[in-house]
Amino acid sequence: MKLFVNGKEVEVPPTAMQKRIVEFLREDLDLTGAKNACDIGACGACTILVNDEPMRICIKLVKDFAGQRILTIEGLAAPDGTLHPLQQAFVDCGAIQCGFCTPGMVMTAHAFLLKNPHPTRDQIRQAIFKNLCRCTGYQQIIDAIEKAAPHYQHETAARAPAQTALA
Amino acid sequence: MPQAETKAWRNDAYAKVTGKAKFTDDLKFPGVLHAAPVYSDFVHARIKAIDTEIAEAVRGVIRVLTAKDVPGVNHFGQIIRDFRIFADDKIRYHGDVVAIVVAETREIAMRAAQLVRVDAAPLPAVLDPEEALKPGAVLVHESHGSNLINTHVVRRGNVEEGFKQADFVIEQDFSTQFIEHAYLETEAAVCVPRPTDGVIEVYGSMQHPFSTRRFVAACLGVALSEVEIIGTPMGGGFGGKDDTAAIVCARTALAAKLLGRPVKMVYRRDWSMRESYKRHPYRVHYQMGVNRAGRITAVQCRIVADGGAYCSVTPWVTWRSTVQCCGPYVVENVHCDTFGVYTNNVVTGAMRGFGSPQMNFVIEQVVEMAAEKVGISGIEFRRRNMVRQGSVTITGQKLDGHKVAIEQVLDTVLREIDYEKKLAKCARGNGGDELYGIGLAMSYRGVSLGAEGVDFCAAIINAQVDGSILLEVGVHENGQGAESAMSLICAGELGVDLSRIRYRRSSTSNIPDSGTTVASRATIMGGGAVALASRELKKKIAEAFCAKLHCPADEIRFKDNFILGKSDADRIAFADAMREMWLMQKFPFAFGVFKAPRVTWDEHTGQGDAYFTWVYGCQAVELTVNKKTGKVKLLNAVAAHDVGHAVNPEMVRGQIYGGMAMSAGFGLHEEVKAPDGRMTTLNLNTYRIPRSMDMPEMKAIIVENPDPVSPTGAKSIGEPANEIFAPAIANAIYHATGQRHCSSPIRLGAQPEPTACEEGCAK
Repeated sequence: MKLFVNGKEVEVPPTAMQKRIVEFLREDLDLTGAKNACDIGACGACTILVNDEPMRICIKLVKDFAGQRILTIEGLAAPDGTLHPLQQAFVDCGAIQCGFCTPGMVMTAHAFLLKNPHPTRDQIRQAIFKNLCRCTGYQQIIDAIEKAAPHYQHETAARAPAQTALA
Repeated sequence: MPQAETKAWRNDAYAKVTGKAKFTDDLKFPGVLHAAPVYSDFVHARIKAIDTEIAEAVRGVIRVLTAKDVPGVNHFGQIIRDFRIFADDKIRYHGDVVAIVVAETREIAMRAAQLVRVDAAPLPAVLDPEEALKPGAVLVHESHGSNLINTHVVRRGNVEEGFKQADFVIEQDFSTQFIEHAYLETEAAVCVPRPTDGVIEVYGSMQHPFSTRRFVAACLGVALSEVEIIGTPMGGGFGGKDDTAAIVCARTALAAKLLGRPVKMVYRRDWSMRESYKRHPYRVHYQMGVNRAGRITAVQCRIVADGGAYCSVTPWVTWRSTVQCCGPYVVENVHCDTFGVYTNNVVTGAMRGFGSPQMNFVIEQVVEMAAEKVGISGIEFRRRNMVRQGSVTITGQKLDGHKVAIEQVLDTVLREIDYEKKLAKCARGNGGDELYGIGLAMSYRGVSLGAEGVDFCAAIINAQVDGSILLEVGVHENGQGAESAMSLICAGELGVDLSRIRYRRSSTSNIPDSGTTVASRATIMGGGAVALASRELKKKIAEAFCAKLHCPADEIRFKDNFILGKSDADRIAFADAMREMWLMQKFPFAFGVFKAPRVTWDEHTGQGDAYFTWVYGCQAVELTVNKKTGKVKLLNAVAAHDVGHAVNPEMVRGQIYGGMAMSAGFGLHEEVKAPDGRMTTLNLNTYRIPRSMDMPEMKAIIVENPDPVSPTGAKSIGEPANEIFAPAIANAIYHATGQRHCSSPIRLGAQPEPTACEEGCAK
């Protein structure tokens, strides 16, 4: 079985099929950006993108992701390390404190802006409803997502048709 | 004052936003073992035996450790040594840990933990602090002689006389709930025996590396130098990563030491919720006398704090409540009795606010009740009674060493939110389905530890031969941005680019014990130490170059990466200067210590200069209450806080927003439930912290009155931001509905909506 993680093909050993996908990413692939904070899908700290859709993965198994296209926080910045405009906006707006919710929050926001590059603040607030943050009161996170939106407006205009999931 | 770069800046932002930041569970060590705690189902019981045999027989289990395996001291505590690394004589609450299982994998450890059997004789549990105080009550700690942990008092003036002068007396009971810190990262530790010298390295999620080191060393029976706590990014603390986090490190270190292998223990959310200490629930009986002129004539109050099964920092928490029991108001006649009490409930200890959120929930409602009796507005009542420059507090402290800014923050908020105009529009129970209300609350707060304890902090600045600078400070990065604030202060003081400053990863083996990163003390104490170290360094540099720059040492300036004489033409680049100092055999190295100015306290009278300076804050909120469902919707919020000087303004605002959200949770949503001492709110679906949709748009206004005793002018913001939003909400609900709510969380008939969680989510 194969996964496509951050643009790379990953062969999954049969022994890992029954693992939780969050543990496979964190332990086997050393992609520790997605966090375990509740183990029941209540906090959003483990959010990644699966075929551009945000998904909380702490309760999902590896075998359910055969052939799927996965994007984790580690795959968002450019290969040379330059921050994605959404990440840069989080930095510039002071949206980061302890940072434990940040990867999940950024990924949720990324998926949202891909779909809705012209959001109102209320829509942003709604979009991150399932991601808990105990530090920020969400204010500067919403500022950051709002600030990054114009980038997605240009992106969407220039964007090639979305890739379909590889079987 | 030196100005540093002031845009939002954090030294750890890049790592955190890219997922590269390595928190404790993200760290990997070859050959690591995993540990899991063992609980019993008792709430109060005398332990007869702990049977570990079946668990130890499980394939993959390396060892099960209990109290008898502790080579050093099993009892610890910052004030009373009643806490246990492992429960030994008794189970005192449902979260007591009797053992840990160490295994090849976490799954095996968790499975085997279910197989440890605890044979114990159940005892009646005492779950109500008032019951616990009665003669003949079941004792949580027999050797203590009673369930009374501590008392504090304030005795000022003559309350009998004060009440005689009153035209009205407001008398009301209040209660508050257990609050969970709900840091997103649970307790976690990885402990590694260093092969070269046997020192135990501890990487963990904790906000008090030095007390963690004390507990670990005592548990292992080794010297402090044999344990090194290495700074690791922490996913939130809020006061909650002190005692419990330290025990988790101590148990893990014990396993690593005894087994000679790295051991990791990462808490599951339900363990964290069950075991970790909470904010104290308070019961407060409050009486306030006021005269027709709208002046407070007397306050009498009785405060009972549920300390849970162990002392933790209950005496310190309740001390702050006592000192601040009348809020920012001048009261000549005060009689306050405060009791910290043992029960068999979950342990309570430090949480952001530290005894003030509970009291402000009381006081800021009582002043409005009093205003109504007198027939004036709550704002006018506050103005007639609030502390002003030179006022004397209820503990006899004259407020003259800093700018008393309570009226300034109040006026700022009133103006910004257009309070008076909106107050007239409040529904007061009448109108359509959505009842509108606006409310506010304000406070003053003693900065740092005050008379609670020893308060000083160290900083080390070590400039390198190429002009780069290593900075290290005895405060901990809790996620609040402490390292960034320290770096900004250092760059500003030395007149160099921020990019020159490298904040060293902290280690208890490098810098002297500078206390806990609690009490909103990091910026004032740590920043003070950085400023003093910077000035010491500048003095050394100036003395080295005064001849060359034709300028007396004390007139040399540091600006834009240059060291300047009287004219800008006499100058030497900072990096060149560092190289030259090396050649002169002079180290550009400085050690700075900031000691808190003197405070005093008389425990018998409750009088003294409790804190060396104070901060002032005010927060207001607009909301609606749905008449049918009772649902409260927050619409808009404004806060103004005097922080002395804002070192990193965006981070200061972040503290304010986050504090307001946490306080909204205290006021409206959060409640630890444990009907018979067994907690049922064990995860983030049933323990409901505010989500984005629960919060309104907020505006945070920074007020700056640099403090003369703070080397940087900066004071505090972490806790001040988290102690008044709940009473502001309570007052707004009153203005919306005409109903007072004296218990938190405020329940208006309807239950909170179901929380968001995916399929498979535990109930």
